[in-house]
Amino acid sequence: MLKVVLIVGVLLLVVILVLIFRINTLFGVVKKPEKKIESLSNKINGIMFLVFLVIFGTLFFWYSYTYFDEYTIPIASEHGAVTDNLFWITTAVTGVAFVILHVLLFFFSFKYHYKEDRKAFFYPDDHKLELVWTVIPAIVLSILVFTGLKAWSDITSEAPSDSEIVEIMGYQFAWKLRYPGGDDKLGSYDYRLTMAINPMGVDFTDQNSLDDFSPGQMYLPKGKPIKFQIRARDVLHSVYSPHFRLKMDAVPGMPTSFWFTATKTTEEMRLETGNPDFNYEIACAEICGQGHFSMRLIVVVLEPDQYKKWKSEQQSIIQREPDLMRFVPDNLKELALIKSGLEKSPKANENINSVNEVSASM
Amino acid sequence: MVTADIHVSEGLSDHAEEHDDHHQNFWTKYVFSQDHKIIAKQFLISGIFWALMGGFMSLIIRLQLGFPEMSLEWLRPVLGGWITEAGKLDTEFYLAMVTMHGTIMVFFVLTAGLSGTFANFLIPLQVGARDMASGFMNMLSYWFFFVSSVVMLVSLFIGTGPASGGWVIYPPLSALPQAMSGSGLGMTLWLVSMAIFIISTLLGGINYITTVINLRTEGMSFSKLPLTIWAFFLTAVIGLLSFPVLFSACLLLIFDRTLGTSFFLSDIYIGGEALPNSGGSPVLFQHLFWFLGHPEVYIVLLPALGITSEIIATNSRKPIFGYRAMVGSLLAITLLSFVVWAHHMFITGMNPFLGSIFMLLTLIIAVPSAVKVFNYLATLWRGNLRFTPAMLFSIGLVSYFISGGLTGIFLGNSAIDIQLHDTYFIVAHFHIVMGSASFFGMIAGIYHWFPKMFGRMMDEKLGYIHFWLTFAGVYMVFFPMHYIGIAGYPRRYYSFTNFDAFNSFTDLNMFITIAAIITMFAQFLFLFNFFYSMARGRKAPPNPWGSNTLEWTTPRLPKHGNWPGEIPKVYRWSYDYSKPGAKEDFIPQHIPFSETPESNFPHEDAQIKLRAGDDEAIVIEDKE
Repeated sequence: MLKVVLIVGVLLLVVILVLIFRINTLFGVVKKPEKKIESLSNKINGIMFLVFLVIFGTLFFWYSYTYFDEYTIPIASEHGAVTDNLFWITTAVTGVAFVILHVLLFFFSFKYHYKEDRKAFFYPDDHKLELVWTVIPAIVLSILVFTGLKAWSDITSEAPSDSEIVEIMGYQFAWKLRYPGGDDKLGSYDYRLTMAINPMGVDFTDQNSLDDFSPGQMYLPKGKPIKFQIRARDVLHSVYSPHFRLKMDAVPGMPTSFWFTATKTTEEMRLETGNPDFNYEIACAEICGQGHFSMRLIVVVLEPDQYKKWKSEQQSIIQREPDLMRFVPDNLKELALIKSGLEKSPKANENINSVNEVSASM
Repeated sequence: MVTADIHVSEGLSDHAEEHDDHHQNFWTKYVFSQDHKIIAKQFLISGIFWALMGGFMSLIIRLQLGFPEMSLEWLRPVLGGWITEAGKLDTEFYLAMVTMHGTIMVFFVLTAGLSGTFANFLIPLQVGARDMASGFMNMLSYWFFFVSSVVMLVSLFIGTGPASGGWVIYPPLSALPQAMSGSGLGMTLWLVSMAIFIISTLLGGINYITTVINLRTEGMSFSKLPLTIWAFFLTAVIGLLSFPVLFSACLLLIFDRTLGTSFFLSDIYIGGEALPNSGGSPVLFQHLFWFLGHPEVYIVLLPALGITSEIIATNSRKPIFGYRAMVGSLLAITLLSFVVWAHHMFITGMNPFLGSIFMLLTLIIAVPSAVKVFNYLATLWRGNLRFTPAMLFSIGLVSYFISGGLTGIFLGNSAIDIQLHDTYFIVAHFHIVMGSASFFGMIAGIYHWFPKMFGRMMDEKLGYIHFWLTFAGVYMVFFPMHYIGIAGYPRRYYSFTNFDAFNSFTDLNMFITIAAIITMFAQFLFLFNFFYSMARGRKAPPNPWGSNTLEWTTPRLPKHGNWPGEIPKVYRWSYDYSKPGAKEDFIPQHIPFSETPESNFPHEDAQIKLRAGDDEAIVIEDKE
């Protein structure tokens, strides 16, 4: 019933509006058969541009200023400070241009609205002026480009050799992580080896894989270069962490990487933001299917010594899923038992070294 | 020139016969018409239909984003099973809406609806031709577009839903039906529809180019072409060079989907099985897509800029400032548009060195764009502005072009793009500079050439209200998205509640949605005005805006063939507004200098003498 009333109401409203419009136009025809160009509405439109300029200009400055802390997010990486700096330089340059050009546009629109007794100024070109306003943007843009190029090549340069390596694999709809174990080397992988107990397709015939571990949450050390090795298992994803100013696509069949240095631990960030529940997050930034909006991964940044401690406590992939031992070739089985931590001998470390030597000589 | 003359006279005799006996029936006159004016109207009406579809899709998207808690049960009569039992929008259908909104707006509204309408309508009328070079191909162009529209429309109603992988349809998502249901039949239909669409665009484009090159009337040298024609011409050139690349990308994707090839697929484990594909590269698809995709931005923008150049000059009663610079910047944009595509791919894992190159080239393209803005401002300066609705929308376009162009400087900088890529900052940027600016160009064009299209005037007051609501509305919708983008919110997210980082701004999102609804409904004012004026509007005088271009020398409702008698010759450029000494504040292109001794410049007087003895003098004048 309510729906019917609504529909009838809307229809009536439309009919009334149309009638008003019709009456208005009929009056218009009777009142002024010859339309003058220098009309009231022409003037009003001119004034409206000024009104628009004032209202929207005020809104722009008011919101940008008042809500600054809401729409800017703290920086937690070294390169983030650089790119944010570039962002604000560009904002300053474009902001000035934005304001000046709009003031001119709307002011001219107001000032030069039609007057019967004025004739427009015949001004087809002015080469000097045109040259000036071609060269100025060119110079300003060149400066922006060159600062940008420097930052870009620094950010995308080769990761330092002492970087902490973390592998991130995107899949529908979450992330899997892999860290190298004590040997600091990630083992190889092959997507054809993927199965329920080996979701990342780790190749256990590679002895470097034997001590790799795969935690559910990401832990990172502060102040140390970190290299993300990024890949995807099914469709495109994109590793995106707003606070680290970090984004890199995860592409099936084409591993990518991104390195950065975190500058604030989670604890420090909690203090800074005043939010005791603050957590760094990784999100997906490339459309990947219906769960695209839910690929959340929590990242915890620790002090370096805390990180070392955390890392030493992790169980390897094989240790968590001993079934995987059947994929380890016979000649590595003994090594696997030790490296993965399945068999804890008091002399574990020595053993690893000696077996390493044995296998290396084999 | 000689060839052009032959064509023109042939065309004249053909059509003159056609006029004498009206053998055309309803079907050949209004449906399978070969008249460029009818075809233009067909494109226009189809474009309006698609704009409404795309607009409503954006409202569905905005409702979800602005009122995530709201029950959408009331949409069930329209959306059926896409509303879940809990009364929420299906997550995959949300992505389908995002995808179809983008596809429809970019291709069907702002490419076919804009270029198709105005290039078709204005090229023959403004260059002084009886019709397009090939009326038959022109008709085919529309009907291919129609078929492609039908296929796309059908894809909205199938059980597995339309294509849902984003309008960029990146594989593997778009290649694997296992990845999402929209990648099944919906994606197939998308690809088929786009393949047909590309054929339509190419047929149209070849015609536009040929007509501009060969069918210009006597005296209409390239240096006298109105900027509209320059823009349509270069748009067609861009389309002709870039659409085939999308065609090839679509074709290869079809192969990957059906024949088991591996152009774009490699190392994939999905749905519990490892696929045999190996060696392909998803990034290759992105290169192919954006080789069209970026020029496409200019395919939608250049016609709008051409239209506004004409409208601003006419209604400022001033010559467009720096005609040569305007043409030059159009040419520069055309050229550069082909070498900037990979700025969409800075963070796809592409070689960072390539990123540097593309960043450099991208920021270069800002220079001709800046020149255009300055020239618009200089045209307004000391003008005598008549605020017709078309003029208002053109000024609106310049404002959007400034706002959206400036944010492009952020995004073209690869270092800044790391953070802003695929956030709402991008959404804000391209909706303002490409979406709204081109849309405003299209609306401005409709208001301006409505009298020529339908022989009647649109209501101005309704036009004013339409403009102010839309102009403010668009800013209210898209400007706040910059803030949301700076805060890092990623695009194509169904909801933001999963993340601590993206969980504020509910109020701002609500505000945007309300603004979008108001803006959308303001368009009904336009629709009413459009259809009402078509039937009941004031009858249009022959040259309602006091404009210089040739289309206003035709009768009120030109028949097929455009001019009843001879095609007027052209003697001057189209921007002789408020010329010092002239009796009126405009001198149309077909008025010879010999008739306007009071306003001629010395070099123009010299041309009269040259022409007096020898008609070939035109050639000399061209070189001037």
